[in-house]
Amino acid sequence: MRVNVAVNGAAYSREVEPRTLLAYFLRDDCGLTGTHVGCDTSSCGCCVVVMDGEIAVKSCTMFAVQADGHELTTVEGLAQGATLHPIQQAFWDQHGLQCGYCTPGMMLTSLVLLKQNAAPSEADIREGLAGNLCRCTGYQNIVKAVQQAAGVIAQPAAAG
Amino acid sequence: MSTDAKPRHAIGHAIKRKEDPRFVQGKGHYVDDVTLPGMLYLSLVRSPYPHAEIKRIDISDALKIPGVKAVITGADLEAAGLGWLPTFHGFDKQMVLAIGKVLFQYQEVAAVFAETRAAAADGAEAVQVEYEPLPAVSDPFTAKKDEVILRPDREAKTNHIFHWEVGDRDGADRALEKSARRVKQRIWFQRCHPAPLEPCACVAHFDTMGRLQFHVTSQAPHVYRTALAIVTGIPEDKIHVMAPDIGGGFGNKVPVYPGYVCAIVGALKLGRPVKWVETRTENLTSTGFARDYHMDVELGASPDGRLTAMKVSTTADHGAFDAAADPTKYPAGMFGIVTGSYQVPVAHAEVDAYFTNKAPGGIAYRCSFRVTEASYAIERAMDILADDLGIDAAELRRRNFIAKDQFPYASALGFTYDSGDYEQTLTKALETIGYQDLLKEQAEKRARGELMGIGLSTFTEVVGAGPSKHFDILGIKMFDSAEIRIHPTGAGIVRTGTKSQGQGHETTWAQIVAEELGLDPQTIMVEEGDTDTAPYGLGTYASRSTPTAGAAIAMAARRIREKARKIAAHLLEVGEGDVEWKDYKFQITGVPTKSVTMKEVAFAAYTNPGQNEPGLEATHYYDPPNMTFPSGAYVAVVDIDRETGEVKVRRFLAVDDCGTVINPLVVEGQIHGGLTEGFAIAFMQEIQYDHEGNNLNTNFTDYLIPTALETPHWETAKTVTPSPHHPIGAKGVGESPNVGSPAAFVNAVIDALSPLGVRHIDMPITRDKVWRAIRGAQAVSVG
Repeated sequence: MRVNVAVNGAAYSREVEPRTLLAYFLRDDCGLTGTHVGCDTSSCGCCVVVMDGEIAVKSCTMFAVQADGHELTTVEGLAQGATLHPIQQAFWDQHGLQCGYCTPGMMLTSLVLLKQNAAPSEADIREGLAGNLCRCTGYQNIVKAVQQAAGVIAQPAAAG
Repeated sequence: MSTDAKPRHAIGHAIKRKEDPRFVQGKGHYVDDVTLPGMLYLSLVRSPYPHAEIKRIDISDALKIPGVKAVITGADLEAAGLGWLPTFHGFDKQMVLAIGKVLFQYQEVAAVFAETRAAAADGAEAVQVEYEPLPAVSDPFTAKKDEVILRPDREAKTNHIFHWEVGDRDGADRALEKSARRVKQRIWFQRCHPAPLEPCACVAHFDTMGRLQFHVTSQAPHVYRTALAIVTGIPEDKIHVMAPDIGGGFGNKVPVYPGYVCAIVGALKLGRPVKWVETRTENLTSTGFARDYHMDVELGASPDGRLTAMKVSTTADHGAFDAAADPTKYPAGMFGIVTGSYQVPVAHAEVDAYFTNKAPGGIAYRCSFRVTEASYAIERAMDILADDLGIDAAELRRRNFIAKDQFPYASALGFTYDSGDYEQTLTKALETIGYQDLLKEQAEKRARGELMGIGLSTFTEVVGAGPSKHFDILGIKMFDSAEIRIHPTGAGIVRTGTKSQGQGHETTWAQIVAEELGLDPQTIMVEEGDTDTAPYGLGTYASRSTPTAGAAIAMAARRIREKARKIAAHLLEVGEGDVEWKDYKFQITGVPTKSVTMKEVAFAAYTNPGQNEPGLEATHYYDPPNMTFPSGAYVAVVDIDRETGEVKVRRFLAVDDCGTVINPLVVEGQIHGGLTEGFAIAFMQEIQYDHEGNNLNTNFTDYLIPTALETPHWETAKTVTPSPHHPIGAKGVGESPNVGSPAAFVNAVIDALSPLGVRHIDMPITRDKVWRAIRGAQAVSVG
């Protein structure tokens, strides 16, 4: 079956097996390997991408054909040229990652979280990230990173 | 020995990690990101039975699946002399693909190679295997009876693998006999799994020169190269192992697994690259598990709580093959650290290991070999003793601590502890958390029938394997190495035999080089994991990177400094003896105005070396004189709901002493992560098998990883007692929180339940177990 999607603003049109999962479509067909796969049960969230700018989806739980006609954002689409997105910058500043495997999914979930709630409390962030597992950080610095990003997105000029 | 009190050039600074820009942009390069032209995919057929004879394997249907190129079985491998793989323990071997019978559920039975991931999976589904089930042995106590012999391939017809012991059995018995108080407890450290988020994976490829190019998730790339040369007979120069970015290891990526051998065989047989990426289920059911130690712990004490003796007798479940990656002389790892932070006059520890129909492993999951089991045993036993004696748990520990001035301290079980100040660390922990106030609050709550617990753990680790006179893997001594090259502009590169899996070596190694040479850590590149370029080393696990490779970096940098001194003398136009290294530059002794920087010297090394040898590089192989002994004092505070059994961790404070801190940001991050894994083990995680040998925790819906929601907020602090024998005084920290925290959590829960008469609950302490303990206690009190 043919799939037409826009990923990070670029159009991709590919012939795929109907059973191809979106995660593998992004990795193998689009060559966007920043989307990771860490489990078989939709538990870990390493594969989270953003659909149509507002929904965080686990791309291992969607068929590529289900994304037909949609716009997707992957980790490769976060930075603007050489400028990191405030969420990327915050994960770096706050030491919100170690091995880096969960990081793309974690950041994309955070992106949607902050769109839905521009000033989340720590409890909001912890609840919002509950579908994304991390084995390295213990989440504390990830929470701090999301808080930093929230502040920067709310007041980009003040953040300097 | 310098401490953190003195401001340093690069060490001790919270430098943001140099590796992170690539990770936050999705530019990390993991094994599954490797795609080569013509690459095939490998999928493994696995056994549904824990113990069964293989009557027949029919691959004909699989070969009919479009895209399937080949199927190989154990018989094929055996015919090629590749049927068995030596385990890193050195005393056993493991089937690559089952030969004759399967020994655990999910064991590898056949390998299917196909054009796509999906076709390989389809092919694996289509392989028909006829099994004749055999009685399964799912626990070591049944195995001990030898009613079913699991490993007829071995000369000794018994399920008993080894007996190991250390210490003075008769002396400990006599001392216990004479002790005023004795406590004894069976403590089980359950079977866990490291479960890094990136599963194990490899891509095997023979290039046009016939050289094996092997991309693999390996914590020990050089050991893999040597092991693969031994297993396959491929000359070692024809093997190139590359471990790119690794998505967490925690010990899981130390052993060589059957999938790797199959991928190499497939690449050789089919002349095309082969990728193997295991699924999460394959990861949890077949790759290195950890722990599974049943420990009978006994302590003797005087009436005022001075320890008189200790005995520990352990029954270990090693699964179907003895694949515990322990140093040759230490089949039970560093279990002799079981006397912990305390002065124990006489002790004896023994371990008996058995085969069962369970996955092989026994790996060092985020700990130096078996240190976690040992630390948990002593820290639980100390609380049981405190309860028995009616002495405060902190006070009992104080009375028995090895004192600051007793180091180096020779323990009853054979270790020489390098340094420590346990009293200071505990005092800091108790003051920071407000121990006295917590005790008061607890007393008030107990009076009202509320369940609040305070749990301590004042552990000592033994890490950094290790001195070559004692430690080896497959005969290779456990040194590590560093090679540093300083370029003309004062930038440089350092390569080591270790391999970061998230520990931040790209930053911390640069900091050590920068500290020793007065250079900018931002311009020191770190490269690891490529056996063609990195010097030989034993890899990253057992908290050994900083104690071994970190030391090698400092020593190699000092060699560079000595060479640089000659060039500096040339530039300053004085004799070498008149040049001193002061304030991170060379100056004429006593004349600070006459100086040259290392950057200037580096330029001169290539442009104006005078009579000196040009260039500025050095290699050092570091054989540590001793292990390092990080320690910590952890406090957990929990509240338990009497009606539901729910345990809430209200506070957790970790005061760690890992000696000199290279990067506080990285150290704190490691502590947060390790505490979270300890929390998971204490409350959530167990790889369970039913009595028929079926694995009940085969994915993340059954083997629970804590999320941000349930993970407690971590409080951290530190004391600094440098290692006297390490070049920069560092001890290693990555594993301390995972080693030290389970006992603190469990001690807190038992402390909360102690008014009900509860003395011990085995991990994981689920709500269900707590509820039953409360109900059981109430039933007794009512009855």
